[in-house]
Amino acid sequence: MKKTFITAAVAGLLAAAPAMAELTFTALSYRTGPYAANGIPFADGYQDYFTLLNERDGGIGGEKVNLLECETGYNTEKGVECYEATKGQGALVYQPLSTGITYQLIPKATADGIPVHSMGYGRTSAKNGEVFRNIFNYPANYWDGASVAIKHLLDVNDGSLEGKKIALVYHNSAYGKEPIRTLEEAAKKHGFELSLLPVDHPGQEQKSQWLQIRREKPDFVLMWGWGVMNQVAIQEAVNIRFPMENFIGIWWSGSENDVLPAGDKANGYKALTFHNVGMDFPVFDDIQKHVVDSGKAAGAGDQIGTALYNRGLYAAMLAAEAAKTAQEIHGVAAITPAQMRDGMENLVIDEPKMASLGLPGFGPSFSVSCQNHGGDGMVAVSQWDASAKSWGLITEFAQSDQDILNPLIDEDSAAFAAENAITPGCN
Amino acid sequence: MFYREAGDFKTSYVDDNQTFPIKFDRYRYYFVLFIAFAIIPLMINSYWVKAIFLPFLIYSIAAIGLNILVGYCGQVSLGTGGFMAVGAYAVYKLMTAFPEINILFHVLIAGGITSIVGVLFGLPSLRIKGFYLAVATLAAQFFLVWLFNRVPWFYNYSASGQISAPERTIFGIAVTGPNTQSWATYMFCLVFLTFCAIIARNLTRGAVGRKWMAIRDMDIAAEIIGVNPLSAKMTAFAVSSFFIGIAGALFFAVYLGAVEVGEVFGINKSFLVLFMIIIGGLGSIFGSFAGAAFLVLLPVFLKNFLVGALGWPTDLAAHLEFMIVGGLIVVFLIAEPHGLAQLWRVAKEKLRLWPFPY
Repeated sequence: MKKTFITAAVAGLLAAAPAMAELTFTALSYRTGPYAANGIPFADGYQDYFTLLNERDGGIGGEKVNLLECETGYNTEKGVECYEATKGQGALVYQPLSTGITYQLIPKATADGIPVHSMGYGRTSAKNGEVFRNIFNYPANYWDGASVAIKHLLDVNDGSLEGKKIALVYHNSAYGKEPIRTLEEAAKKHGFELSLLPVDHPGQEQKSQWLQIRREKPDFVLMWGWGVMNQVAIQEAVNIRFPMENFIGIWWSGSENDVLPAGDKANGYKALTFHNVGMDFPVFDDIQKHVVDSGKAAGAGDQIGTALYNRGLYAAMLAAEAAKTAQEIHGVAAITPAQMRDGMENLVIDEPKMASLGLPGFGPSFSVSCQNHGGDGMVAVSQWDASAKSWGLITEFAQSDQDILNPLIDEDSAAFAAENAITPGCN
Repeated sequence: MFYREAGDFKTSYVDDNQTFPIKFDRYRYYFVLFIAFAIIPLMINSYWVKAIFLPFLIYSIAAIGLNILVGYCGQVSLGTGGFMAVGAYAVYKLMTAFPEINILFHVLIAGGITSIVGVLFGLPSLRIKGFYLAVATLAAQFFLVWLFNRVPWFYNYSASGQISAPERTIFGIAVTGPNTQSWATYMFCLVFLTFCAIIARNLTRGAVGRKWMAIRDMDIAAEIIGVNPLSAKMTAFAVSSFFIGIAGALFFAVYLGAVEVGEVFGINKSFLVLFMIIIGGLGSIFGSFAGAAFLVLLPVFLKNFLVGALGWPTDLAAHLEFMIVGGLIVVFLIAEPHGLAQLWRVAKEKLRLWPFPY
């Protein structure tokens, strides 16, 4: 026992590093573990954007950005440790990049008054800002993704999915189960048949699921996968010669890592996305000049321009813009987490702003309000070109079916409010 | 010099049979209890509680539970994660179904439910032993996790399949939910740990524990001298699962607050708790504490040291952490196959004679 206390004492002392006077952002990243292949590019993009702001602009509004990185390994317990370790150092916003950790943080961060931005993951009904005061999930969520996927399928089927069969291959966790309700509602509305095929963590074994697909011959397959599960699923789809253009993944199943192992056969695989792909944006020249050339690139520096790197960059950009908005509202440069929350709630992203940041046309325009923490649900479909080894958008950013989603969001957030005795409201 | 029994005369059987017969040991025990109950709650903050003390206390309960089964009764089990899940889901269902009843009773009842499930999955132990039993309990692990993922009743039909703990209080002080005070959650778990450790220690000193050890050492001989293997093995499974169920309930309700069964109570959890008791020492209550402390604190300490103090990249530190912890496990097991508890025993023997060994 004695040894225990000494060890604990040392650990605690070391954890209490001095608080910085700068703007503190946290990256709860995972560069290790079964999901590292996806976690690394996102973490690199997130980190590089803040490095760029520090190097090029001297921070945000004259305040340097201090980025605390904490390794979670996609593990909830480590996520808790990371949250506790960083919150005392003035972290402005949390982006855990894990639905499990997001669910953990929703009540905790709300109690501590720190905002959480779960961009394209987490609890979908957090879109209702009257209930989830500190949780944001703009610009799009899983239900938007599911809805736009169906919309895209309607487009390619001349507006009718009557009698078609759609299979959902999903990670058997809170994350993968998210789209089921939306798809069930959409199945009722459009008259298609939905079959559910769960894949258990980490997803290396999918023979039986794809055997079932081969037997049932669904017209389309949707996938909610992450990490190694994506690669395996795409490889299995190739093995059973499933037509790739009928196979659509959510944005977390649409990175280069997922399609490259299957080689040329993966050509035509589609994935949803809520931001643009590729490197044809002026900001990448700045990153090359200020970050890469000065040797300050995060990680190995080999991920720049990949789909997940862009997403990390986008997440960092939205956080930085929200901080700027907060600085404008409150007239101070060194903002607090509560002020950051106000900044996120009043965030407006439009085309001129994105162009001035060197990201013209990178993502949809949207504005956040107290009632709507989730943006407008604009999602596009991208397709993999195996010969060019690149993703390309094949549709415009389209809005999800709000008729289906809004009642579901109201229902789920009302349930959360009742469970936790929250009175919905904007004050 | 320390740990001397010379001059420490016992005048009654009660004195003679106490848990810590050596005066120094006894005072040290009271001292640790005093620190744990009276000093730490006053100076604790949320990082210490969430990152260090809660996992340590809760894993200690689980390790004590598993140690009863594996260390004292010799029945290898790989179902710890599944049994913890039973405790967690039982306490969740009880908390949401009977919100007016005190959470203290919910945790105890969750332990009771887990012990029933544990006995059910322990039945095969009457026919199979060793590695084969380990495989049978492995089935329990996978079956239980699958069950809680598959049947929506267990998670109250929530869209995501997650369970999250509502706020519950004891004497008006919140111990679950987001608005808890650090000391309250710490004290809640500490009381359970103290309760479990005292019960476990006394059970293993009494007739029940001696039957378990007889079964462990040689089951046929034990049967010949009159130990009923059915009752001995089943009580071991029941008591062990009771503690593991309490640990699972606290892990969900107090420590994490929201749980996804496949991720939190997967096979990794079973292995982690098994490693704790192997490193700490099989068949020792102190070993359960030492093993839990080793595997909970060392990674946190290494992370803080490598990333916080040396400023290394997080991924390098995380990989190095695996290597250091793994390497230390190998070193400890080579240096002392009976675990940290044996090192402690040897140290005590040496200290009795120090500084004049013969």
